[in-house]
Amino acid sequence: MSVGFVMLCHTALHRAAQVARHWAERDCPVVIHVDKRVSNEAYSGLKSDLSDLPNVKFCGRHKCEWGTWSLVAASQTASEMMLAEFPNVRHVFLSSGSCLPLRPVEELKAYLAARPRTDFIESVTTEDVEWTVDGLHAERFQLRFPFSWKRHRRLFDGYVELQRKVGFKRTMPDDLVPHLGSQWWCLTRQTLSAILQDPSRKAYDRFFKLVWIPDESYYQTLVRKYSTHIESRSLTLSKFDFQGKPHVFYDDHLHLLRRSDCFVARKIWHKADRLYETFLTDQDRGTVMAEPAPGKIDRVFSKALERRTRGRAGMYMHSRFPNPDWENGKTSAPYSVFQGFNDLFENFEPWLARRLGTRVHGNLFDPVRVRFSGDADVYAGCLSSAAAIRDYDPEHFLTSLIWNTRGERQVFQFSPRDEQRIGAFLASDGNAQISVVTGAWAVPLFNSNQDFHTIRKTAALLQKQEIDFVSILRRVQTRAEVKIWSLAEFVEEPMENLQSILDAIGGPSSGARITEAPRMVDLSGFGQFLQNLKNQGMNPHVTGDFPVNQPGMQPRSGGSRPYLVR
Amino acid sequence: MKVVQRYKLRLERKRFLIRAWRKARDLLLVADRTDQIRPNDVLCFVTLRNERIRLPYFLRYYRDRGVSHFIFVDNDSTDGTREYLAGQGDCSVWTTPASYKRSRFGMDWLNALLREYGHGHWCVVVDPDEFLVYPFCDTRPIPALTDWLESSSIKSFGAMLLDMYPKGPITTQPYSEGQNPFDIACWFDSGNYMIKRNWDFGNLWIQGGPRARLFFPDNPERAPALNKIPLVKWDKNYAFASSTHMLLPRGLNLVFDEWGGEKASGVLMHAKFLDTFTTKAREELQRKQHYANSHEYKAYAAGLQEDPNLWCKWSERFINWRQLEILGLMSKGNWA
Repeated sequence: MSVGFVMLCHTALHRAAQVARHWAERDCPVVIHVDKRVSNEAYSGLKSDLSDLPNVKFCGRHKCEWGTWSLVAASQTASEMMLAEFPNVRHVFLSSGSCLPLRPVEELKAYLAARPRTDFIESVTTEDVEWTVDGLHAERFQLRFPFSWKRHRRLFDGYVELQRKVGFKRTMPDDLVPHLGSQWWCLTRQTLSAILQDPSRKAYDRFFKLVWIPDESYYQTLVRKYSTHIESRSLTLSKFDFQGKPHVFYDDHLHLLRRSDCFVARKIWHKADRLYETFLTDQDRGTVMAEPAPGKIDRVFSKALERRTRGRAGMYMHSRFPNPDWENGKTSAPYSVFQGFNDLFENFEPWLARRLGTRVHGNLFDPVRVRFSGDADVYAGCLSSAAAIRDYDPEHFLTSLIWNTRGERQVFQFSPRDEQRIGAFLASDGNAQISVVTGAWAVPLFNSNQDFHTIRKTAALLQKQEIDFVSILRRVQTRAEVKIWSLAEFVEEPMENLQSILDAIGGPSSGARITEAPRMVDLSGFGQFLQNLKNQGMNPHVTGDFPVNQPGMQPRSGGSRPYLVR
Repeated sequence: MKVVQRYKLRLERKRFLIRAWRKARDLLLVADRTDQIRPNDVLCFVTLRNERIRLPYFLRYYRDRGVSHFIFVDNDSTDGTREYLAGQGDCSVWTTPASYKRSRFGMDWLNALLREYGHGHWCVVVDPDEFLVYPFCDTRPIPALTDWLESSSIKSFGAMLLDMYPKGPITTQPYSEGQNPFDIACWFDSGNYMIKRNWDFGNLWIQGGPRARLFFPDNPERAPALNKIPLVKWDKNYAFASSTHMLLPRGLNLVFDEWGGEKASGVLMHAKFLDTFTTKAREELQRKQHYANSHEYKAYAAGLQEDPNLWCKWSERFINWRQLEILGLMSKGNWA
């Protein structure tokens, strides 16, 4: 006999009975503590279930409540019984009614026999703990906690606040150093009896009775006083979520649990029939002396925590709808917005698509319809090209598009002629790369065949829209990567400017020089056109300075060929 | 939230409860087996009319997932629905010839029965064409979910209504009794949903999917709501305010995380677009018993006669819940 189990039970007693029987039949004594709140019928049912097993004992019952001293009292009573009744027990293993052994008892016995003086108990100083609920670390020991956290939350919080204000602080008895850790331990007879028979136990108990969650600190602190060799880890695999409640294992965790090589897992869902059936049947697996390796399970649960607290960036759904600025990323991936480029260059989108090796959209926010790449009626994720649907919720239209096309960079055109509501969102999104050539909207007007009066009015409107957008982009709050040129500036070195944008986009083609150039619209006479606008009282100042006779704008190779940039 | 507003919502909730009590007098008992309900049972509440053909699969689906008892309100069916249900050992059935519309689309009847039998139970409240998909639904029954929700102090579980449709005209593949409807209607829209927050009731308001795409391209604000809260740990003071879209007290509507994280949520797969739909739509147009003057059905009738194909090349084919999770239509939250 080397190891005895102390079990604290309060629900699913039939499962506890199953596990207790498993251990007892394999020559491990078991002492069971049943919560006093469990009905007497259930209790006597459990007792009679196990009455054929001489090495299963029941100890005196305490009324147990999470976070209170009662859980320590229960484990004390049960441990005392274990030490007194079973003198051959060398290690005492504290478990609960929802624990399940994952490896054969023989392996545990051999493991402990090879480490006869080792106490397995997670015991960490308060400074090194980051998993506590409510941020109470050191304060667990410095304040008093007479009120139940579950039943009297207001009193609990109020009293904590009051003590903080008053500056009340308790001191640890006998200069004990507070330690915290998982409440599931496995201690040697020597250490455990030293703790339970300590002459100053009364004083310690009195102190810990008003500590917050003492079952995570009582043994963890006192063990430091007596143990000769502490392994600061628990042999029980027990994971907690961000609310401090244990993760539950189900049937589909079978393989994960089996590969973990942990000895005992907590907590098992009481209807996980397959787990109970598998692990309570003797498995013939030869002698395995593997160390417990809960790494894989750790990863599953830390992912769950990450998902619950940070979530997937750029995804909005039924159970994730962050308040403004709590999105952890407004969209899921970087994308590029070009304003003015398809006014200035002929067939800009196909050129850019070839250049980037990706699909390039037209003006997604065109007032008539969404100009998806290839003029599709429906796009990724079944996004509709109907303008009314898009304008009903333009922000979600865009976040959906970026989310639906994860893995493929989205590139689209924007213009002062488009619906402008999305502008503020674009500016505030760190994933947006926005390149603007201001005043380029004037080029189509210049080439249009409209009345000059209409042109003048349209120009005034477009210029106002563009100024509004640019001023949003220039705010300090802007998170997008923004580059703005005036039309005059841009046409001075168009290729270099385009190259700098493409380099910033990155991807497979970054660094490569532009070989095929887009055709720029013929701008001869544009300076005069702007002057005409000015003469009509509308100053298109966002275009920058175009001289009326514009010497720089004459095609280099002569003739009336459109300007070709190399 | 201002005290006045809170008090207004309280009054509204009371009003719903009184209404439920008043409308409950329309209900005639057909089969009462509620004495079978044990304390921790998960219950299922349904209002229906002429859905006989769907029932065998519906019952099997929820029985397999751990629902212990069904409570039905039959709204004057003529196709044997009532008789079929009355013959099921785990169903309690009420019937009424009263107006569906004037009982707030069946919600008054259900609120009354929920108050009577749902108190203290986890209750699934769905239509016969709605199938709850939740994280790990292929390996864990609904009681595993509700136990976990309960230990996390969560009282309600949200699920987005996901319209499923077949490829090609919906009348091509007829649905036969007992068949899994998603063998036929296995396609869905994966990412065209619009979300707004309803500050009065604290819930999200989601629209989109194939119905918005095809039937409401010019007035998307009229597209049907897709946010649902079909699983609630019921208390006799709760009331559904508008279908299962929202509840009172409003705290139950907070099934989403506001601070960037993801709460656990599911999807209600909606097997509406089967061959049974065209007849249903025609009938509903005549009865005028549906929401917003059957506007939705009018739009369908118009849309379906021209081109009854909801499928497009971006439609996604349903595989399993993990696929829905990856697509961002539901989440495991911190349930692992």
